[in-house]
Amino acid sequence: MTRLTTTFAQPRPALVCFITAGDGDTAANLDALVEAGADVIELGMPFTDPMADGPAIQSANLRSLGAGTTTADVLRYATDFRARHPDVPLVLMGYANPMVRRGPEWFAEAAAAAGVDGVICVDIPPEEDDALGPALRAKGIAPIRLATPTTDAARLPQVLEGSEGFLYYVSVAGITGKQQAQIASIEENVARIKKSTNIPVAVGFGVRTPEQAAEIAKVADGVVVGSALVEICGQYGAEAPAHLKTLTAALAEAVHTAR
Amino acid sequence: MNSPNSFSASPPPKANSFRQMPDSRGHFGQFGGRYVAETLMPLVLDLEREYRKAQNDPAFQAEFDDLLEHYVGRPSPLYFAPRLTEELGGAQVWFKRDELNHTGAHKINNCIGQILLAIRMGKTRIIAETGAGQHGVATATVCARFGLPCVIYMGAEDVKRQSPNVFRMKLLGAEVVPVTSGGATLKDAMNEGLRDWVANVHDTFYIIGTAAGPHPYPEMVRNFQSVIGKEARAQMLARTGRLPDLLVAAIGGGSNALGLFHPFLDDPSVKMLGVEAAGHGLDGDEHAASLLGGSPGVLHGNRTYLLQDEDGQITEGHSISAGLDYPGIGPEHAWLKESGRVDYTAVTDEEALDAFQLLCATEGIIPALEPSHAIAAVKKVAPTMPKDSIILANLCGRGDKDIFTVAERLGVEL
Repeated sequence: MTRLTTTFAQPRPALVCFITAGDGDTAANLDALVEAGADVIELGMPFTDPMADGPAIQSANLRSLGAGTTTADVLRYATDFRARHPDVPLVLMGYANPMVRRGPEWFAEAAAAAGVDGVICVDIPPEEDDALGPALRAKGIAPIRLATPTTDAARLPQVLEGSEGFLYYVSVAGITGKQQAQIASIEENVARIKKSTNIPVAVGFGVRTPEQAAEIAKVADGVVVGSALVEICGQYGAEAPAHLKTLTAALAEAVHTAR
Repeated sequence: MNSPNSFSASPPPKANSFRQMPDSRGHFGQFGGRYVAETLMPLVLDLEREYRKAQNDPAFQAEFDDLLEHYVGRPSPLYFAPRLTEELGGAQVWFKRDELNHTGAHKINNCIGQILLAIRMGKTRIIAETGAGQHGVATATVCARFGLPCVIYMGAEDVKRQSPNVFRMKLLGAEVVPVTSGGATLKDAMNEGLRDWVANVHDTFYIIGTAAGPHPYPEMVRNFQSVIGKEARAQMLARTGRLPDLLVAAIGGGSNALGLFHPFLDDPSVKMLGVEAAGHGLDGDEHAASLLGGSPGVLHGNRTYLLQDEDGQITEGHSISAGLDYPGIGPEHAWLKESGRVDYTAVTDEEALDAFQLLCATEGIIPALEPSHAIAAVKKVAPTMPKDSIILANLCGRGDKDIFTVAERLGVEL
């Protein structure tokens, strides 16, 4: 079993935590998330043009790039994380251009060497899978796809085909960190997706509080929290780990005991 | 008389045609495609289906033709420039006068097509991005004409630099949203447009201003702009009995150039030259020449040539012309470059300024800074060609909007 399948095979729902690489003390921030109970780490690769992100993650991208973060740095954070946390799944999330810049094979090889378990690429839909998917699969890295409220029944099989690791259900048609969808709509859509696939479904976009996370954990295999954590990194800088720990512990408690 | 878009003078595509791209997946060779978030993907597919239906609907074509003729003022004239020709001392120089269109540039051709499509699709809200403001003005214009609310995203830096166009858009009823993220210029405005679209997919149509973005935009925008080349080809044949030897057009995203070039792509005797903005020169970082100074990558829905660093981070373009300082280019140009069918060159801010003044002085036409780049290339190449040869350049916009920039560069206080 891979680290991702082991994690999602647990009887309790998983907490997936996102922060942007290079925004503050990345190693300390990641350790704080893991120590406080995060089950899966999503590490954002900074990009100059984060088209699907709201203000919080946009700012994190700019802070990181402003601090000089390179692709090599991101891979080094991943490598070091893997050495410290051999069993915690680590997923890279980002946009196509930094991933394909040196060729998809180069990226897949480097990510595999860094101990990365999965890759979420926001702007490579199933139609353009050739741009990265085959290279990732060849190296045993899960291409994690996104489904959204606009992914209708006719389209869903195409999204699921070639999806690995888990499916990321984007609960609102919109950008990260904004409004949250009604729980009824999330429940309906997750149920619809789970009828068509055996891979776990994690729900994200707009999840900020333990209460929201608990509601979603009742109906999904995982809950993704990003902007709320990224805002802490932005607000507290070097002091962020303690604050990340507090929020993550509350989220983990809520998610793990939701059912 | 013929309505403008029904000039059918370009021959049907041949077996080894350059005019049959993109393929069914929206790819121009390795370029193009649909690199968008999943939320937008169903919308983009829906748009393609509706566009195909509209293409085959005579009523859609008829309405497009009628608006181009009676609202935009097409066909635009084909003009022989005698004094410029004499000054340059070589090839005859002709201009396609798209600066005489309503709103003063070629942008309106595409906006008419897209708003008719938006209405067909039942969309009730229009968004667009703009750099210099020309596409924003054209979008605001068609929204006023059809009574649809309109939000224009414009980099905060550009809002400052282009205040007359901001006021024009507001007069036309548009809401202009200054974008402060990133470098606060055109690419950031496009990011913000995509963010709006992804959050309002149910009722909103995104009118993209150039032949870029996810499929079918590059093809669709090219086809709407091809009225330029279709008219020019027929007009040139009618006036001279022959085809031009060389076509020249400026390139930011590349829609005016594709509009002129595309109907001629299968005429082997017609050479073509696309002119990028070299800004302060291709040696440094201060330019906007994606093809000549960039490399392939993925941005804003398509794979194309981009200005980027070794990690794939997008760098800012620079040009004296705000309409050219986008760090990417339409994917069909990337393909035409690699196929060798079209040649590409670049001219500097200084060369464009000189050409701007040359056209004012010789022909009594104040061109926009975008086509001033094309004129600068004509100035270089015309003297090397025989006097019986013909250059046709696209005068894609008029220069009223640029007089402040030019005055500043010439040290004149207005």
